[in-house]
Amino acid sequence: MSPTDTGGDNASPRIGRRHFLIGIGVIAGGIAAGQWLRPYLVGGRDSAPKEFQPHAFVRIGADDRVTVIIGKSEMGQGIYTGLPMILAEELDVNPQRLAVEIAGVDPAFNHPFLPAQFTGGSMSVMSTYEALRRVGATARRMIVQAAATEWGVAAADLRTEDGVVFAPDGRSATYGKFVEAASALPVPAKENITLKNRADFRYIGKPQRRLDSRIKVNGEAQFGIDVDLPNMLVAVVARPPQFGASVRSFDASQAKAVRGVVDVKQIPSGVAVIAEHTWAALKGREALRIEWQDGPGATLSTESMRTERRALLARTGLLAKNQGDAIAALADARRKIDVEYELPYLAHACMEPLNAVAWVKNDRCEMWLGTQGQSQDAQLVAAALGIPAANVKINTMFLGGGFGRRASGTSDFPVEAAHVAKGLNRPVKVVWTREDDTRGGYYRPFGLNRVQAAIGADGLPIAYFHRVVSKPVLANTALGKMAVSKEGVDPSTLEGSADMPYAIPNLRAEVHNTNETVPSLWWRSVGHSANGFVANSVIDELANLAGQDPYRYRRALLAGKPRHLAVLDKAATAAGWGKPLPKGHFHGIALQESFNSIVAQVAEVSVSGKQVRVHRVTCAVDCGLAVNPDQVVAQMQSGIVFGLSAALRGEITIEGGAAVQSNFDTYPVLRLADTPVIDVHIVDSDGPIGGIGEPGTPPIAPAVCNAIHAATGQRIRRLPISASLA
Amino acid sequence: MLTGRDYVISLTVNGERHDIDADPEMPLLWALRDLIKLTGTKYGCGIAQCGACTIHIDGQPARACVTPVSAAVGTEIRTIEGLSPDATHPVQQAWIELDVVQCGYCQSGQVMAAAALLEQNPSPTDADIDAAMNGNICRCGTYPRIRAAVKRAAELKRAGEPA
Repeated sequence: MSPTDTGGDNASPRIGRRHFLIGIGVIAGGIAAGQWLRPYLVGGRDSAPKEFQPHAFVRIGADDRVTVIIGKSEMGQGIYTGLPMILAEELDVNPQRLAVEIAGVDPAFNHPFLPAQFTGGSMSVMSTYEALRRVGATARRMIVQAAATEWGVAAADLRTEDGVVFAPDGRSATYGKFVEAASALPVPAKENITLKNRADFRYIGKPQRRLDSRIKVNGEAQFGIDVDLPNMLVAVVARPPQFGASVRSFDASQAKAVRGVVDVKQIPSGVAVIAEHTWAALKGREALRIEWQDGPGATLSTESMRTERRALLARTGLLAKNQGDAIAALADARRKIDVEYELPYLAHACMEPLNAVAWVKNDRCEMWLGTQGQSQDAQLVAAALGIPAANVKINTMFLGGGFGRRASGTSDFPVEAAHVAKGLNRPVKVVWTREDDTRGGYYRPFGLNRVQAAIGADGLPIAYFHRVVSKPVLANTALGKMAVSKEGVDPSTLEGSADMPYAIPNLRAEVHNTNETVPSLWWRSVGHSANGFVANSVIDELANLAGQDPYRYRRALLAGKPRHLAVLDKAATAAGWGKPLPKGHFHGIALQESFNSIVAQVAEVSVSGKQVRVHRVTCAVDCGLAVNPDQVVAQMQSGIVFGLSAALRGEITIEGGAAVQSNFDTYPVLRLADTPVIDVHIVDSDGPIGGIGEPGTPPIAPAVCNAIHAATGQRIRRLPISASLA
Repeated sequence: MLTGRDYVISLTVNGERHDIDADPEMPLLWALRDLIKLTGTKYGCGIAQCGACTIHIDGQPARACVTPVSAAVGTEIRTIEGLSPDATHPVQQAWIELDVVQCGYCQSGQVMAAAALLEQNPSPTDADIDAAMNGNICRCGTYPRIRAAVKRAAELKRAGEPA
């Protein structure tokens, strides 16, 4: 099979290779991670143009078409533009001319730090930046060498610009003219490749329009839920009405009588109704009669968990961090606080409800997924079906949002689809309704926090002791659990608090791990979204206790950290901190470092009775290198809206072992009319590359709550704000 | 193949007639997506809360998820695929120009809602935009750009129309 063979004996025309990027190109045959190909000359048959492919990441066609193959999943973060830009910079091709192809699943596209193909942790740019540049530079060098040989000049005398090679004597030709000759050359050694200096960048660091806009405004982009295969069925699953419950018995006779229902069968996660189309499956599910067997969490409620967590907060937990002697400092201190902070379960509520298409053929399974974790999905699907992982082929589609939900620790939705598909001999699309999705668990965990903190004579903090009770996140994922200490401390439970940049001499952190039936999962920015709220609120409480301005107080605690200070100052200055605001408007500030980026936000808020209005958010970000600055702005806007949704009204509560909320009427999210004006400032930096998908989220909740305190004197210690102001 | 038990429903979508076998109560959303194979119209909530399924029925914005196919018979249905042949509707142009989209899942509905707004109101104010677009949820938080892009689309539309 050639590297461009789709390898599919079944890909429908609707999913086949598309003009722009929907091609699901599978680099067949197992290319080892990052491996260079013996330069391929592919194509040239069926009138397809010949293509030069020196590496799994790029092909250059005789027709001058440059195709970049991306193994990361696009869930809105702009990765199908940002990563191609990096390669295009060194290849010297205008990114707007690129074709982007969604990669198949292959070790060539594994995360450089992880034995898996995975998109998350805001790591895509920082982890692939060097490799993409090197591939682009190497391909360019081979094209240039081919041109030099053909023209009888030295390669060093040639220059390139936007896909054209120029000779000193005025001759020029496009890259496509040299694909055949370049394919015959050996791949140059790494030490012979020189990368550009930042000052010479033509594209990196300058705004580039997204390459996927057009197909996302005309309905053409194919998300997982849009997959349509010949002879495909659609299924919905009746899942237990409480976490941990199971099917005792069921009667499918009425369901099977619904026109269009093809089959009803029990699977590990419930009872699947398989039909000709979605509507029949839904009608069939309504007609099912199921007796459920209560599980161990049948009486679980938010209230019962709060009581359990509060009891644990009084007891010593696993020691996660111990710097200085916080306990002794607290005992000696005269000015101190001892406060409890509560954060609710949160659903990710991706716009595209979960779904998965599976087609099981004997000992093989092909899937079409919007997923963040292809390798794990393949392994767990294989295990569920009892087939080798190599027999599972995954086609990655566009993701209608991810936020961590499409990388659950159990690959719940792909595995379930495989169970539904087993024995059907036809492709089946398992669709989750919005209610299924909201009530399906894998939430940001419900956490209770106790913070004891003290200030010294100068008002600055001398001790901070944070104890948290929460269900660990990383411990419940295949990729994350290796980060858990042998004592059981999951770093995500305290990240963003125990390691905050604010200088506090005596710092102690303890955790209690809970294990209720409600599945927990990473939710955009993981521990930072919870701990950034706690830490930034507590710093504000201490500034208040000291009678100091919260912005200047933070400045004092960030002394000697020029990058943090620059970000904090930019946000404060741009927002007009300390200057008069419209009547009834107040400012709150927060800063959080996460995923190697530093973000500060100032929220301008007014409070009228129980109504909180966020008028404006001023955001400053230092992400080291902003590859595509306008998408950095977009991700800050995105993170702020996402975090504000949660802060204002986001809450999943549990009654009788199940989620109470089910759809956008009961799990409200931010809408356009309530969205503040958002000003984003990118702070120039020569720091290492940071992430951008998640770091915008953590500061907004504390910035808004600190502003509410400024406005009303009320300290919000329980999110969402609506629950505290009720 | 149609049998005696089938319901035949005739719909006109983007100017083309489709005869489908659908229960009259089937929401137009599933008829469009599963039977007519126009998947640009998205499922988001099923209860007219999120706007991802926004289409035009006789020029008016409608939520396909709560519109039974029987209610759409005899109407002109327009979906995102029929808004323009080549993504050149002023709303689409403005969306591309201002890089509105992120994950893109809600954007078919956003674009259709904005297009309907501009048909009725060529120069919407901020308040008009808030009111018309508030039924369309975006979890990526593209709202600030949607606000700006609706205004830009209004400019493009006015510029493109004979005075």
